Amino acid sequence: MDGHDFALWEKRVDALMVLCGAKGFFTVDGLRRALEDMGEDAFEKHSYYERWIAAVNQNLIEGGVYSLEELGTRMEEIAARGPTYGEAQNG
Amino acid sequence: MPHDHPDHAHDHGLSPSGHPYRADNDGPLTYWQRMEIAVRELLIEKAKITPAEITAQIEAMDARSPANGAAVVARAWCDPAFKARFLADAGAASREMGFDIGPLNLIAVENTEAVHNLIVCTLCSCYPRNLLGLPPDWYKTRQYRSRAVREPRAVLREFGVDLPDSTRIRVHDSTADMRYIVLPARPAGTDKMTEAELASLVSRDAMIGTGLARTP
Repeated sequence: MDGHDFALWEKRVDALMVLCGAKGFFTVDGLRRALEDMGEDAFEKHSYYERWIAAVNQNLIEGGVYSLEELGTRMEEIAARGPTYGEAQNG
Repeated sequence: MPHDHPDHAHDHGLSPSGHPYRADNDGPLTYWQRMEIAVRELLIEKAKITPAEITAQIEAMDARSPANGAAVVARAWCDPAFKARFLADAGAASREMGFDIGPLNLIAVENTEAVHNLIVCTLCSCYPRNLLGLPPDWYKTRQYRSRAVREPRAVLREFGVDLPDSTRIRVHDSTADMRYIVLPARPAGTDKMTEAELASLVSRDAMIGTGLARTP
């Protein structure tokens, strides 16, 4: 299990977490709280970076960077773009 | 057939040359991938972040590797004054060598004949990532995180490190604000080696404490 090659979307989650933290949009404690709030089964069902994007998103919404509605609308748009990660990019 | 793989010559899902297809980025789009795309696009549209910043951050993280830590360890082995500074403030000593490690608060713990140090993050995944790059997958597993504190000697034996009972094992639990790096013991018979040669003996695991420095 040593040779895991991170997927691009995982590296982007990592980068978003670091950059948003550096810009003061949330704190490590805020991320931690969001992770704890997911409940125990989140740690069984979801992968590491799945939990991290959920925590980043939760903190950005709470911080007023964007709204839950904006997120929901955008995620629907993205689903309509195509069936793979590459096809779902805007551009 | 360019390759002879008799066992799975008739298997499904093999390339024309008889190899299994490697997993790629084109599986079905997941909910969490959609969330990543949405979060990134919203941050960019609201001018909170630029695509170039994201790319630069990924490149900076990819460029970090255990070789950076190995260079610091080798310097500490060669230069007693540097070693003293490294043990006093490992972050400052790493910056002194030119490594951009950001705000990382790094604490070095020294292995000796009497003491062996082992690093874990029982909560999640804290690791000196700004010096060594991203942690190996096993470091983040529940198995390692719980067993490293409960039965460190057994974990170490699995990693091939069998220490005498007389060696005390100290397990250090990392946090986001306080991360550790092990200064491995310098192997015997390396007196004439250069700093660069010494660095090649220092593995990632030696700096986590699940390994020892290699003997030349």
